[in-house]
Amino acid sequence: MPLRLYYDLMSQPSRAVYMFLRLNKVPFEARPVALRKGEHFGEEYKKINPFSLVPVIDDNGFKLTESIAIVKYLIQQRGLPHHWYPTNSPKRLARVEEYLNWYHVNTRLPSAMLIQHLLIIPKTTGKPVNHAAAEKFRQRVATMVTQLEGYFLKDRKYLAGDEISIADIFGACELMQLNACHEHGLYESSTIVKAWMERVKKDTNPHFDEAHQMTYRTHDIYKQIAAKL
Amino acid sequence: MPLNVYYDLMSQPARAVIIFLRLNGVPFEGRPVALRKGEQYSEEYQKINPLSKVPAIDDDGFKLTESITILKYLIWKHDLPEHWYPRKDLKKQALVNEYLDWHHFNMRFASAFLFRELLVVPRLSGNPVNDKKVRELRKNFVKMISDFESYFLKSNKFIAGSEISIADIFAVCELTELLACHEHGLYENSPAMKAWVERVRQATNPIFDEAHQMIYRAQQVYKKPTAKL
Repeated sequence: MPLRLYYDLMSQPSRAVYMFLRLNKVPFEARPVALRKGEHFGEEYKKINPFSLVPVIDDNGFKLTESIAIVKYLIQQRGLPHHWYPTNSPKRLARVEEYLNWYHVNTRLPSAMLIQHLLIIPKTTGKPVNHAAAEKFRQRVATMVTQLEGYFLKDRKYLAGDEISIADIFGACELMQLNACHEHGLYESSTIVKAWMERVKKDTNPHFDEAHQMTYRTHDIYKQIAAKL
Repeated sequence: MPLNVYYDLMSQPARAVIIFLRLNGVPFEGRPVALRKGEQYSEEYQKINPLSKVPAIDDDGFKLTESITILKYLIWKHDLPEHWYPRKDLKKQALVNEYLDWHHFNMRFASAFLFRELLVVPRLSGNPVNDKKVRELRKNFVKMISDFESYFLKSNKFIAGSEISIADIFAVCELTELLACHEHGLYENSPAMKAWVERVRQATNPIFDEAHQMIYRAQQVYKKPTAKL
């Protein structure tokens, strides 16, 4: 039985896993789950993941949730290149892990919450945009960008060193969520972070663009959607 | 040069790191950082960790933040026993990683926010405890415990199965913070949860109790909120 991936490209962690597998030519059976239709709450999907989240893998009966855990498992299990997750060097591994642990509350939370307040909550509830809440997360994204610049990208080409790793894949996919709602200025205002994003895109294209089709489309129609909110 | 560990025993992740290092006989020099005095923002500490958080380490010039990363780095470096963080059994490792990723937004968030709302916010604002918010946070916390029990703990002795791992130490240190504000009943209500916490305590004592002195003291000093702090 091939590797099965349950995912939705509207979900940043799903995008990261999808892109990573495609880039490394890991064969898998794609099982899209339409979050916008609430498919993740259905009884059928709950058997795959009782938390109703994507992404999930089923590797010949071994089910695993949590995108970062998924990718680490597959890198080691399939013997993918060490630079993605350097288990051969405790110090280099530590730098990748350091970003990935900091990432949850610092990169993912404010970026995801900003688009929640600008787009997802108003669209699904019909309530007006809560600008105060959005502004709060905008500030936190701005703080996060200065920390990316000053700590993780200080004297480094990539978040964890001189070679691309999974830290960059996850970091980039979260920041791209800002593109969807026209808030990418928050990271593009930093020449260092902007250059890093370009580097990651270049290293991972065409898979980066493929994984981000829906994000690009949302960006294109955002002004129309926002006008109706 | 020895391993320097910067910590505060009121910080859940710092406590987990100290317990683990002492339990495994990893030699280190403890450098306390008093969070209640804001020492994490001092110029001196900024040189150690510009992100102003504890714990942090300086391993002979190699500086590292993020508690989970710190322990993984030291486990890899010193080749500590497999059960703490599996390196050979990739499926077991994946289960530990799956928990540790879920931990940030679930175990840590739910516990820390409740603690904060009861003990920190009133002290900082001078306002009485926000009962409505506390009720919401308690509800959140109880749901999280139920998810944890049904998905991660199940009927296992520990999160990864029959042996303790770093997942258990990080999880329990979040829960014990609630002893300080007398909310531990919320997880002790479940006999399976209570038994597991006690199992982890037994497996790591007397170091566990020593590391929890400040929490136990806070528990005696703090009275459940009925009046303004």
